[in-house]
Amino acid sequence: MKKRPEPVQVVKQRRDAVLRTLVEGVPYIQFLGIEFERRGDELTGILPFKEDLIGNPLLPALHGGVTAAFLEVTAIISLSWSFIWQDMESGALDIENLDRDHLPRFPKVIDFTVDYLRSGLPRDGYARAQVTRAGRRYASVHVQSWQDNRARPFAQATGHFVMPQRKD
Amino acid sequence: MADKYKMASQFIQALPHARALGMELEQLEGGTATISMPYSEKLIGDPATGVIHGGAVSALMDTCCGAAVMCHPNNLSHTATIDLRIEYLRPATPGQRIKTTATCYHVTRSVAFVRATASDEDETTPVATATGTFTVGS
Repeated sequence: MKKRPEPVQVVKQRRDAVLRTLVEGVPYIQFLGIEFERRGDELTGILPFKEDLIGNPLLPALHGGVTAAFLEVTAIISLSWSFIWQDMESGALDIENLDRDHLPRFPKVIDFTVDYLRSGLPRDGYARAQVTRAGRRYASVHVQSWQDNRARPFAQATGHFVMPQRKD
Repeated sequence: MADKYKMASQFIQALPHARALGMELEQLEGGTATISMPYSEKLIGDPATGVIHGGAVSALMDTCCGAAVMCHPNNLSHTATIDLRIEYLRPATPGQRIKTTATCYHVTRSVAFVRATASDEDETTPVATATGTFTVGS
């Protein structure tokens, strides 16, 4: 007999709870004020503007380091999220006792290359990552960020990561 | 040179994000800059280990590389990052200060080329290395 699909609220609650646990446990993400929005498995990183993020006060423009950090945070969270997805959906992940210790370790960054396309304006930024390749040990992720216009990204980056090893 | 140092030192203090991270300028001369940043719990990227987030190291590297470009004798104006690549060699030890030295080793009419190294208190192996290109002139 075919299994009945789960009620939509159960699915949403589970996914949002896992995402929240993943993001809220990281002090640096809170320090920058980065948030994540979810549509199915697609994540969008949001960097709400605040004065602390300014690099050059004369222009003013976002600090290049903030842009790099925003891209890196979006890349790591998106990669972790895609790594957790299958266990979360199959029930292998213990949703009842959800906390940072019950989630897999974060992938480790090997290298990260940021391409600055235009200066970051003093307003909210958005970013989406694409896991270009996820192997057992290594992953390659591309991430792009924009502000007012999706078609005019202000920065993009590519990073390589070492994946956490699954406990068998 | 003293004026230039004072100018750059004030410049770093005037960068809101550099101030938010507690960056301090230690050296600035002829295309080489050294900036350090204290460990802080708010910068933790991996709560399981207390290691600071790579993004915070990126911010330090980017600031230091920009400062190196600004103090190069062939460049007297402000600068912006074109490209920055960072390699993370090992996790920074929690609780330790991170110090970055960047060298602007070549400047053309429009581009500055920079290399940087970041270390914690154990200076035998760097925490991270970086290479970047920056704009010259406006």
